[in-house]
Amino acid sequence: MKKNKSLGYEYIKGLWEINPVFKQVLGMCPALAVTVSVMNGLAMGLATTFVLVFSSLLISSIRKFIPNQVRIAAFIVVIATFVTIADLVMKAKFPELSKALGPFVPLIVVNCLILGRQEAFSSKNNPLRSLMDALGNGTGFLIALVVMGGIREMIGSRTLLDYPILPAGFEPWLIMILPAGAFLTLGLLMGLANFYVDKKKRNQQQELIAKYRKPSTTLEIKGEEA
Amino acid sequence: METKSVNPSYKLELTSSPHVHSRWSTKQAMWFVVIALIPALVSAVVFFGPYQLLIVLTSVVFCVGTEFLIKKIRKRKTTVGDGSAVITGLLLGLILPPNFSLSSTAIGAVFSIAIGKEVFGGLGYNIFNPALVGRAFLQAAFPVAITTWTNPNFSVDTVTSATPLAAYKFDKIFTSIQPMFLGNIGGSLGETSALAILIGGIFLIAVGVVNYRVPLAMIVGILIFAGVFWMIDPVKYPNPAFQLLAGGFLFGTFFMATDWVTSPLTSKGMWIFGLGIAFLVVVIRIFGGLPEGVMYAILIMNSVVPIINRYTYPRIFGEAK
Repeated sequence: MKKNKSLGYEYIKGLWEINPVFKQVLGMCPALAVTVSVMNGLAMGLATTFVLVFSSLLISSIRKFIPNQVRIAAFIVVIATFVTIADLVMKAKFPELSKALGPFVPLIVVNCLILGRQEAFSSKNNPLRSLMDALGNGTGFLIALVVMGGIREMIGSRTLLDYPILPAGFEPWLIMILPAGAFLTLGLLMGLANFYVDKKKRNQQQELIAKYRKPSTTLEIKGEEA
Repeated sequence: METKSVNPSYKLELTSSPHVHSRWSTKQAMWFVVIALIPALVSAVVFFGPYQLLIVLTSVVFCVGTEFLIKKIRKRKTTVGDGSAVITGLLLGLILPPNFSLSSTAIGAVFSIAIGKEVFGGLGYNIFNPALVGRAFLQAAFPVAITTWTNPNFSVDTVTSATPLAAYKFDKIFTSIQPMFLGNIGGSLGETSALAILIGGIFLIAVGVVNYRVPLAMIVGILIFAGVFWMIDPVKYPNPAFQLLAGGFLFGTFFMATDWVTSPLTSKGMWIFGLGIAFLVVVIRIFGGLPEGVMYAILIMNSVVPIINRYTYPRIFGEAK
């Protein structure tokens, strides 16, 4: 990361440019497993953002003291602390939600998104930049989870935030709240995201391919007689 | 090669082997498959009534429409004319249960073409048989509707409705062979009548559109594997003839597993493919939770076709071993 990037950029990039789910393909386990409804996606996204923001802040503050050889272990200790806080708070304040998310809240500790941000960003940058980066990535993750949860809840059980929005005549597609539906939704959304962003890049590639491909497949010989 | 009188220009095509040409173009072959499906379609109408034509029609219309639309959106040359979408539609329609809802049929048809075929790049690039992908999707999306079987018109008993396989699986009742051969049993539209499927299948093999190896391997395979179980315990396990005629096995044999795109290219590979499907069908039917396993068996074997192709690659003449 170059130092001359603005603080705003560190936040904005997490939303789309390096969106954890659609671009970095990190944190797939919670993204696929818990997004059966908007509420679950929202809770998971918030919990992950909380852990990400505070561990980024702490790790970037103490980054000068962590020996390089044991940095992963040090990161895990810090992350696990905040995961424990998130898990206990959830159990105390939102017992139903905690039950619905099951083991996935404690499993935030091994979410590669969080460890990835520490390793790639906050262990090399000052606390303020790390905070913006963590907030951006957390928000990107939250948005992805809520969108996935919304699509799956809407088609799979005809409701949004437990409020029926589709007409009763619509027969819910059970597949959307099964694991297969998670993979379908994720794959299609990811395809869509890449389709629009890389349009310019792809056009350049196509031109290049077209330029070099033509002579190799057909060879035209022009002359009076063959 | 055509030569023009003015400024002749010759095109020299450089392609890799094989250089042998098939008798039929893709387009002609596809229409032969459509002809071969007519007996099955007729049997569906005879046994389940004219409403079934609407299901098949919906499926075909939505398959062709989806293909047309996707090609338009992606700004590619339209490939509707080659008839592959028509076949996918026909096949999907014929493996749905009788009196299935038309809106669900349409969803399945759109899914077949969009996810089963176009996502991979269109005809020739798909890993899985598109019609079976659509069927598997519907099975997961509407599990109740797709296992609701209506009895055929000529059935003596009009109250119960179960396919012979479900009857065997849950109630240990064996259906006799003769109605199963003619098709006077509960089941999906086009797959009840073994007779109609055999007419279409043998026609396809006779005109050379379909290679005989995959169907033969599947039939031999199911007779062997079912026979082994039958010999172990004839009371508990159904006999090989029942296994052969029940459910969608024959339909899958002649129309699904023989799909050019999703079956192996080599002769040895075709035998492995056919025997593998037969083995999986017997295993799923006897030990699985579902009464029928032809769909999943073919889809599973479709996914290993690239591996089969790689390991049965024929030795080039003169190449050292």
